[in-house]
This record gives sequence, structure tokens and C-alpha cells, in this order.
Amino acid sequence: MNATPAPAMKGILRKDGRKGIRNVVAVAYLVECAHHVSRLIVQRSGADDVHLIGFPGCYPNKYSFEMMQRLCTHPNVGAVLLVSLGCEGFNREQLRRHIAASGRPVDLLVIQQSGGTTRTLNAGLDIVRRMRAELAKQVPVPMALNELVVGTVCGGSDGTSGITANPAVGRCFDWLIENDAACIFEETGELIGCERIMASRAITPELGREIETCVDKAANYYRIMGYGSFAPGNAEGGLTTLEEKSMGAYSKSGSSPISGLIKPGDIPPRGGLYLLDVVPDGEPRFGFPNISDNAEIVELIACGSHLILFTTGRGSVVGSAISPVIKVCANPDTYERMADDMDVNAGRILHGGELDDVGREIFDLVQQVAGGAPSKSEALGHQEFILTYKQFEPIGPACLPAA
Amino acid sequence: MSENPRLPPLLLLHPEDNIVVARRDIAAGERVELDGQSFVIPAAIELGHKLARRALAADTRVLKYGAPIGSMKVAVGRGEHVHLHNLRSDYIPSTTRETDGHR
Repeated sequence: MNATPAPAMKGILRKDGRKGIRNVVAVAYLVECAHHVSRLIVQRSGADDVHLIGFPGCYPNKYSFEMMQRLCTHPNVGAVLLVSLGCEGFNREQLRRHIAASGRPVDLLVIQQSGGTTRTLNAGLDIVRRMRAELAKQVPVPMALNELVVGTVCGGSDGTSGITANPAVGRCFDWLIENDAACIFEETGELIGCERIMASRAITPELGREIETCVDKAANYYRIMGYGSFAPGNAEGGLTTLEEKSMGAYSKSGSSPISGLIKPGDIPPRGGLYLLDVVPDGEPRFGFPNISDNAEIVELIACGSHLILFTTGRGSVVGSAISPVIKVCANPDTYERMADDMDVNAGRILHGGELDDVGREIFDLVQQVAGGAPSKSEALGHQEFILTYKQFEPIGPACLPAA
Repeated sequence: MSENPRLPPLLLLHPEDNIVVARRDIAAGERVELDGQSFVIPAAIELGHKLARRALAADTRVLKYGAPIGSMKVAVGRGEHVHLHNLRSDYIPSTTRETDGHR
């Protein structure tokens, strides 16, 4: 690839050495009962950089607690306001200590102690105002591609996804990895059928075996659930089988060697290509691995992704809290219908456009968005967020051979 | 976006594939090129859908991108639509829903 000068990227340096491409105040509800008050705080703050995240369940869960720890100390997050009802099972003090230890401003409001909805709202608005003023004083420093973590996900795939948008993201991933960025692809349940090809790309045979085992786990899990990760819209768009969808999705990974197999919340130790295993360990306990695309996006963000490349054929409109989402539209007809939501028209490949040109456009856009330019979904105010119950065992030593 | 008229409407993704993909919506009766030969499309096919590149017997492994994507449930003739009604997963069955005409 021709080396052209990259747009200047800047980031906010955090205590752990990572840099954030955004400086978000996260307002986090710790149970659904605190969701509305938290949402009011976010809405009435009137600021685009105040984002709503949270966990709805009242029962404690190791996975969701660790996810909240990772999300609240994500490099794009500058400060956190925790909102608790008061009686839920979430360990709010431990989370507060974890965030404080990361050097971020953090505060906690307990609705039952603050005196209800209105008093908590008013207190929350004051806290968020102070936090934003403090973050405004932080000065960004230069940031290089090798400090960037990029995740990719597909949603609303159709018969064009595997021909246009996914291989174009694959090219972009190859170039990011050449520049020593960390890139993460995921959804092992949507890689069923690709396990042997993927294993052959692993940097060690042991990692290759772990990848095959992990896809077997996904296939077994989905068989028990009774549905593969295959939606009616996939079929209407020309995809027939799960393995066909998988082959198309797989091309997002590009052609770099696979450096590791990680689980939600594991942060890639260095540049390279990583596969994120999103399917819970053990017998199915809490339902489908990811109930919709944003549950996968949140897991990519918990692994440190600064931004997300989202490929879509049928036409998804979602964005995310915390990290910007760049939409790469696979289908030229969908692009014409939904251009306002799409950052890249990869469907033009079907009309004679070059795969490398689209890959290059995505590669440039990654750097522009990392440099502060809003993606389409970000400018439209999309800040979707989902976190549910799951269970995972820690990864084994063979999963990160380079570590 | 304007179509490039020189581009063939059927796309062969890999030389070993036994299906081709519609690069755009193609009407029934439209004359297209398939493997260098002129061919009349028997039934309308939508963008992204698959056609048999040659006659396929039941239980034939279907190859796309050069990789297996399932097996034929029944035999089909050359140029026929290959989809849920005649192709099954070798892993987990696909589910779908009724449509009301909206795609």
C-alpha cells in the first residue's frame, strides 16, 4: 500500500498508559430501577459526550461486574457517575474504588439515600457539570496507530456482505495490523464452518486447537438453544445457511496471522489480530450468547476497542455508547435507501469499484474518526448499549502465545 | 449509483464454486452470460441470491468462495435459484419468518 501521511490522531493519556479518542462522562445505572433517573441525567445534561451505560439485573454476576469495570475504565471514558437504587446486588463500592484507582473522577448517587428521583437528578446534573469542566482541562497528546484497538462486527448481513463490505474491512485490518494496531473480530457462533481455516492462521498449533475447540463450543451452544445465529433478514437477503453467513463474516478478519483468542474484557497485549470468543462457557444458563448486535459491540469495547467497524447489508442504524461506530454498507441498494446512516458505500464494488479503494477509504476514515471527526451514527446521536448476564472461564495459556 | 453495463450480472466468486451470485436484481426472461454461454433467467432473482452454475444432484456439497456452505436437499437444474427450499446447512438449520412483501 502507498504510504500517505496519516491524519493526525490525538488521544487523552490515561493512567494505565492507554489513550482515549473521546473523553466521555459515563452515567452508569447499576440496576434497571436506576435506569430512568440515569437517563434523565444524561438527557438533561444536554451534552453529546455524556453517555448512558448500565446493567439491569438485581442479582450479582461476575461477568457483568467485570464488564462494568472494563467499560468504566475504558480509555474513551474520562469520568463516571454511578447511579444505584440502593438495594440491588451490584457491588457499587468495589466498582467505585476500581474507577478511582484508575485516576478518573468518579461519584456515586444512591437514589434511596439521595431522596428520590428529583433530588438524585439535580445532584447528578451538578456532578456531571463539574466532571465535564474538569475533563475540558485535559490536553490531548499525539497518538499513533500502534496505540489503537479496532473491533469489527457485522449486523443485518445479506448476500452482498461477504463480497463487498467484509473483505474491504479485512483489507483495512491488514493495513492496521501492518502498523501494529490491535484488531479484534468476534462472534464464534458466526464463524461455524470456518474453524479449520481459522486454526491454520493461528501463530501456534496450540492456539489453532483452542480456536477449533472454541468454535465447537459455539456450535454446541447454539444447537442446544435451537437456533443458529441466523436471522430471517439474512435469508431474505440471499444467505441460506449459517456456514454461508460465516464464510462471509470471516472475511472481515483479513489475512493476517491470528495472534490470540480472547474473551470479553481481555485487552489485547500488543498489536495483531485477535479473535474474541463471545459464547459463554458451560451449559447454556442465561440464554442466547448475544441477544443483538449491540451486546457484541459492548464486548468489543470492553476489550479496549476505541472504535468499531460495523458492516451491514440489510441496513443497521445502531451506534454505541463509549466508542464510535463506523458503518460500512455492503449492499448498494441499501446504501441508496439509507445513505444518511452509512459512512462507507462498499456496495460500489458490485458496480465495478475496487476492493482496495474501499479498504483504503475505511482505513483513512478510522484515522479521521480517531482524530475526532464524528461517524454518521455518532453524529445522529446513536448511543445504544446492552449488557446482560453471562458466565465465562478465564482464557488458558495457549490462547495468548505472544503474551 | 449508475450500473456499469459491461459488468456481467452473475458473479462467480471462486473457480471451484457450483453457484453464482446475482450482482443486481435480475428479471425473469433476462438473457445473461453464465460461464461464457448465453442463458435465459427462468425466474426473477434478487441481488445477493444464488443460482446453480450447473445441474446439482441431491446431497451435492454447495461451494461458495470455494468453501462448503451446505448440501442440496433436492436436485436442481442449471440456473435455478439455490436457497432455503433446496439447500440445507451441514451444521444448524436456518429459521425464517413470513414476509408481507416488505423485504
